Amino acid sequence: MAVQALKCKECSETYPLDARFVCEQCFGPLEVAYDFSDLDAEEARRKIQAGSRGIWRYSDFLPFDGRPGDPLEPGLTPLIKADRLAERLGLGELWIKNDGANPTHSFKDRVVAVAVAKAQELGFETVACASTGNLANAVAAHSAAAGLDSYVFVPADLEEQKLLATGIYGTNLVGIRGTYDDVNRLCTELSQTHPWAFVNVNLRPYYSEGSKTLAFETIEQLGWNLPDRVVAPIASGSLFTKLAKGMSDWIELGLTEGELPVFCGAQALGCSPVATAFAEGWEVCKPQRPDTIAKSLAIGDPADGPYALDLARRTDGVIESVTDDEIRAGIRLLAETTGVFTETAGGVTVGVLAKLAEAGTIGTEERVVAYITGEGLKTLDAVRESFQMHEIDPTLDAFEAEFAEVGASA
Amino acid sequence: MSVTVKIPAQLRAATGGDGEIEVDGSTVGEALDAVFDQHDGLRERITQDGDLRRFVNVYVSGEDIRFQDGLDTAVSDGDEVTILPAVAGG
Repeated sequence: MAVQALKCKECSETYPLDARFVCEQCFGPLEVAYDFSDLDAEEARRKIQAGSRGIWRYSDFLPFDGRPGDPLEPGLTPLIKADRLAERLGLGELWIKNDGANPTHSFKDRVVAVAVAKAQELGFETVACASTGNLANAVAAHSAAAGLDSYVFVPADLEEQKLLATGIYGTNLVGIRGTYDDVNRLCTELSQTHPWAFVNVNLRPYYSEGSKTLAFETIEQLGWNLPDRVVAPIASGSLFTKLAKGMSDWIELGLTEGELPVFCGAQALGCSPVATAFAEGWEVCKPQRPDTIAKSLAIGDPADGPYALDLARRTDGVIESVTDDEIRAGIRLLAETTGVFTETAGGVTVGVLAKLAEAGTIGTEERVVAYITGEGLKTLDAVRESFQMHEIDPTLDAFEAEFAEVGASA
Repeated sequence: MSVTVKIPAQLRAATGGDGEIEVDGSTVGEALDAVFDQHDGLRERITQDGDLRRFVNVYVSGEDIRFQDGLDTAVSDGDEVTILPAVAGG
């Protein structure tokens, strides 16, 4: 059995595999520890290739003894070679991992699939979360599919699309008058008094493991090869650091060869505690009060901030931020060069990618993967009035007149 | 000033199971010192070299003390000082 225990990332104290997330000795975060000493890399690759069409093909690297039942299996999202975007940015080999192509249209399906399966295994009847929106969609949907009750806590001023795409699943949707950090504090307190599986509180060590599947897929889709550089958004820093964990685990186990890529993190300027700490040379983040259109990344007090900083520094990466206008431009640029419509978080990622390309940080010989974590239909306000529709009468003359200047009829 | 310090479940082994402790103090730091005087095992779990450990958050009536004056944040009679793990969320 590969899954061994929960282990403190700070002091290495170990705990049983139950619903807990914090070390009682030093308050550090707990992480799932595995023993892969019996693993045969060739055999593991064959098993993966013969596996299901989603994240459970990587079950051997997730915190379960076998493959959990999951009616909404996420994963195996497209890795798109983005030649037209690469050309626009003056880059060489650029790939877009489109994780909007998941059951509830964001990467959160991965972490929630793992957390809900673990909640069922541990006997919980109610699932809950503190969310900036995408997680809310995923928890509501996966709980509904599993037949579990759910409570979803979000900032009350969230985008309407994200509220609608949560409530429809029949969850108890709770809008909090405050920031995400207020929601998170409340949920941490509630987790002490309610016997619920809070996916990103008491089940966080398992939940965060789900993000490793993004790394596994990238490697498999690149023919068992690694990128040279990744660009990924940072909210809490969990996805960013688990991408690296997934990649370094597979390097260590011989499923792929090479070095850990250069890790570049992307934040919105209006909520950039990690980018600020990076620029200032701090080891920890100073919390901020978010003010950005990238609400899915609006975490002012990022739990994995210190680890995200360490990762960017030790891989010669960087953590950058972009303005709201640059986010809108990033959404537009991705859409018109790749046909992928992303939400604001993806605009942040593309905005930072463009910024790094312009600064000459990225070499043309590099293989770059940018992670698009959510679908554009979730944040329609961000693109409202960014273009004009031609409204005409249903006649040939009207069409010719409208488009005469651009010569569309020629 | 009499304030209530709320202890998270993960630390209650060090308080004999108590989740709330009434102490006197005019700042968060003084209130926490008064708690440590009663339950010495808490000090090393929450602090390191006189500062809060990096994965510990402290709130006064719901407001993160890092938005105020840190351990020097003033507390008023009846305030609640809440200690919580910082590794949740996201």
